[in-house]
Amino acid sequence: MSNFWTSSIGKKVVMSLSGLFLISFLCVHLTLNLFLIFDNSGELFNVGANFMATNPVIKIVEPILALGFIIHIIWASVLTLQNQKARPVKYNQRNQSQNATWASRNMYILGAMVLIFLVIHLYNFWWNIKFPSLGTPLTEAVVGGVEMEDTYALVAGLFKSSIVYCLLYIAGGILVGLHITHGFWSAFQSIGFSNDIWRKRLEWLAYFFAIVFAVGFSIIPLYFLLGLGN
Amino acid sequence: MADTILKELTLKIWRQKDAKSKGEFKEYKVHNISTGTSFLEMLDILNEQLVEQNQEPVAFDHDCREGICGTCSLFIDGRAHGPDDDVTTCQLHMRRFKEGATITIEPWRCGAFPVIKDLIVDRKAYDKILQAGGYVSVSTGGVPDANAIPISNDNAEEAMDAAACIGCGACAATCKNSSAMLFVAAKVSQLALLPQGKVEAARRAKAMVAKMDELGFGNCTNTGACEMECPKSISIAHIARLNREFLKAKLKD
Amino acid sequence: MSVIDAKIPAGPLKDKWSNHKAHIGVVSPANKKKLDVIIVGTGLAGGSAAASLAELGYNVTAFCYQDSPRRAHSIAAQGGINAAKNYPNDNDSVFRLFYETIKGGDYRAREANVYRLAEVSNAIIDQCVAQGVPFAREYGGLLANRSFGGALVSRTFYARGQTGQQLLLGAYQALNRQIQAGKVKMYNRHEVLDVVVVDGKARGVIARDLVTGKIERFGAHAVVLATGGYGNVFFLSTNAMGCNGSAAWQAYKRGAMFGNPCFVQIHPTCIPVHGDQQSKLTLMSESLRNDGRVWVPKKIEDAKKLQAGTLNPNDIPDEDRDFYLERRYPAFGNLVPRDVASRAAKERCDAGFGVNNTGKAVFLDFKYAIAQLGRETIEKRYGNLFQMYEKITAVDPYNNPMMIYPAIHYSMGGLWVDYNLMTTVPGLYAIGECNFSDHGANRLGASALMQGLADGYFILPYTIGDYLAKEIQSPKVNTNSKEFDEAEKHVTDRLRRLYDIKGTKSPDHFHKELGHIMWEYIGMAREAAGLKKAIELIAALKVEFYKDLRVTGEFTAMNNELEKAARVADFIELAELMAHDALDRNESCGGHLRVESMTSEGEAKRDDEHFKYVSIWEYKGEEKAPELHKEELVFENIQLTQRSYK
Repeated sequence: MSNFWTSSIGKKVVMSLSGLFLISFLCVHLTLNLFLIFDNSGELFNVGANFMATNPVIKIVEPILALGFIIHIIWASVLTLQNQKARPVKYNQRNQSQNATWASRNMYILGAMVLIFLVIHLYNFWWNIKFPSLGTPLTEAVVGGVEMEDTYALVAGLFKSSIVYCLLYIAGGILVGLHITHGFWSAFQSIGFSNDIWRKRLEWLAYFFAIVFAVGFSIIPLYFLLGLGN
Repeated sequence: MADTILKELTLKIWRQKDAKSKGEFKEYKVHNISTGTSFLEMLDILNEQLVEQNQEPVAFDHDCREGICGTCSLFIDGRAHGPDDDVTTCQLHMRRFKEGATITIEPWRCGAFPVIKDLIVDRKAYDKILQAGGYVSVSTGGVPDANAIPISNDNAEEAMDAAACIGCGACAATCKNSSAMLFVAAKVSQLALLPQGKVEAARRAKAMVAKMDELGFGNCTNTGACEMECPKSISIAHIARLNREFLKAKLKD
Repeated sequence: MSVIDAKIPAGPLKDKWSNHKAHIGVVSPANKKKLDVIIVGTGLAGGSAAASLAELGYNVTAFCYQDSPRRAHSIAAQGGINAAKNYPNDNDSVFRLFYETIKGGDYRAREANVYRLAEVSNAIIDQCVAQGVPFAREYGGLLANRSFGGALVSRTFYARGQTGQQLLLGAYQALNRQIQAGKVKMYNRHEVLDVVVVDGKARGVIARDLVTGKIERFGAHAVVLATGGYGNVFFLSTNAMGCNGSAAWQAYKRGAMFGNPCFVQIHPTCIPVHGDQQSKLTLMSESLRNDGRVWVPKKIEDAKKLQAGTLNPNDIPDEDRDFYLERRYPAFGNLVPRDVASRAAKERCDAGFGVNNTGKAVFLDFKYAIAQLGRETIEKRYGNLFQMYEKITAVDPYNNPMMIYPAIHYSMGGLWVDYNLMTTVPGLYAIGECNFSDHGANRLGASALMQGLADGYFILPYTIGDYLAKEIQSPKVNTNSKEFDEAEKHVTDRLRRLYDIKGTKSPDHFHKELGHIMWEYIGMAREAAGLKKAIELIAALKVEFYKDLRVTGEFTAMNNELEKAARVADFIELAELMAHDALDRNESCGGHLRVESMTSEGEAKRDDEHFKYVSIWEYKGEEKAPELHKEELVFENIQLTQRSYK
């Protein structure tokens, strides 16, 4: 594997694998999030969140997930920088809409926006859960005799209290979706899993996932915004 | 459809004396251009006009003028080989332009393709990539009968799709990352599909990718712009095959 | 001067080449490393020769004017490459390929050369497949063949409509491998402007770096010219814009004699000239004549309306259409050879029946084939060609007849070479279209690729060894000798002279003028009076050229105008020689039609009694008439017959 990781294709493989890993995380994340709207007593979500917070496997996966994000971000930055350098003199006039989708051309920008969203998102929830002493302390809930943090209240509280946050989270969902319209199929292309037949299927799947994520994530703030939550 | 006459066109053309000089856009007017005229013939007309005015004509690359040699280039109104799909600049005709239009003409912009003069760039980098391994290592003579190894029609056809590459450079020129992956993939894929080329497929993929990286092309981000602008419509499925071949080769190292 | 010896080996035809190879000199591997060879041009012939010689161990220096060897104009060949493989089991053989090539060339080529060409044709296909050329294949995985004009069997191998491209890329890949190995030093964007002769032997070239404008010297033990044809002397042709005859022409001036300069091929199916802004003609594959019917209107008033654009050709009823090829040549109909079809089109247009605004086009109509076979079949067969036609003309050929007209396509003439492909200058070789050798007065389709690769892969690498075996004692060529000084000065002075005229007209202007003269008087039909007039007109143009040429830009820098000026200067001189040659050959053969030598029915009439020879022209100096030598053609294995397609 000499020089593999420094080669252009090697770097793309890193992007691909880390990206696919993050997509799989998003699947879990979204599933859990949807508990929010399927049970407005909040019990289902609290059980799920508590499971995630206490499960040892998740404890191990959590740093790996963080690493996945970091690698994905660093490699993207390196690639983007190199790509910028590869064209020292820019075109005066470009008509790129004719030959590539907007999302595919703006993955780094989309990624950066997702990152900004992520920071806010982490601050809103993860920070508060992890370091309750530093932020707003969480209330406790008891579900089926087990005492746990009332994360449902935290989420519902945020969305009910601020229309700005709702819109921000809707935007976040859409950004993630856009990122995935290109990222999903591109990940398979980069590891060589594509041809003229599979490409159409992968692109279809990419749109499927993109819509699921975009709709799935933004439906939650919308749900609370419309006053449907507890 | 009968040809009509475009009374006036404004051309905004990049002029640069040589590789070391700084370039700039200059505006020119051409008149009475038949819509049946090819784009390069329109530039010929401009050049005749410039010679008449004792000015230096615009230097641009061109040769066969039938879309196969890959010499012509040009970024026209923001697109490689101009607004028409599946053609080279020499096959682009003036009927694609409207009366009174301003047409912006730039050279390929890509760090690995430095400008030599005006609209002419140096595409030696593509030669170098192919020299690194874009061949089957057989010498003249001593080869088996042409029909000794059957090749499936599908593979031969797909290899031909890739082999249609004319090396014009539109892929790297149009790619937002200046990546040469489609060019490299076309050759790697063609030869990997054929039993004659398969023998050294691993070596070839590694050598060509290494050379491509060394020459300062960007990294592919699968936008697919290259295949849209490729005058020979070469599919980026070949890039997937290159990625596969490269991974396979590297896993064995 | 009867000293011209074609060096054809003795013995029976089928043994000549093997006997010859067995008896010529061979250079040992150790000595090959000490020998340098220059190759000018990197198309099929030059590219394959450069690769093959480097593989053998010679040090090769190669030049091309393009920005990469991959762009040589061999790339534009569409149809295919012939070989006597007999894969379809249709009774093909080396002899049949040889016979049809000689006959197609109207008996003006050397038996021994053509036989050798047919003999090595099979090895070319093997070689190309081994290189990874994606030839068309049957579902069983074996190679497919198709038929071509002038042949009774299917022997043409093809890679879609891009056979030339694929074969060239095969040779280019082999060349790249040798460049990588350091055995070939490749000079792109370099134009060779003179051949240096030292003590009677070719010892190097003078080249201009087209990027910097610097004149450079290169020495070698042998020089190979593979510079292609000179069809661009007509300005409008199917050749690439940069194709030129300059290196060959300068070699001629250095003593290499020129063979059959007047033999050029006119291809009947090109897209017609649309107006005076045109720079280049596009060929439509000959295969279209398999299903298209060629016609012009019967009534002159219909033709007039078509020319004025007031009549839709689809509105002309069948009974008012003149299918002139079918009328004149009932046996072959629309499939007569290229030269016959071209002349017939010209005849109709000259009579006023041309169908476009310039009056110089005929229809090629697919209406009948579509009615019979269905649009789908036609689309499958010719889809890409129809698309190309529509892109260029904006006319949909499925619903309207195509317009076609003949155009200059290939030059059969070229530097005269002996059986070893050596010119009359020792150590100077000419291969591919650059030489005169294999196609006589007319080339058959799919034979140009065959010849280029035969010369480069399988003939020159042997025959050049014979010459170089005697050169193993020669040291590296010193490029500081007085001969190199003289040659470099000659080149610089010549360019300087052009640059310093400072007149008012561009090189293109003169090139176009020359093209008009050539097409009018030395085109499809030639006659003594016209040829004499052409000689006068060319002489006058030459005077005008050296008085009023304007070369803009800088002298020592990239300067396309200076390049063009030098090429046009050579074309003007070459045109003069072509006129002389056409005037001398008072017979009609192949692509050369003398109006004086026609049958009562208006068909070409060959004159074997007086003209069964190769015209070999020797340069005698500036302002002096060239001297004609003759190589008598001997036909021992085939009978000469008058071609008839009635």
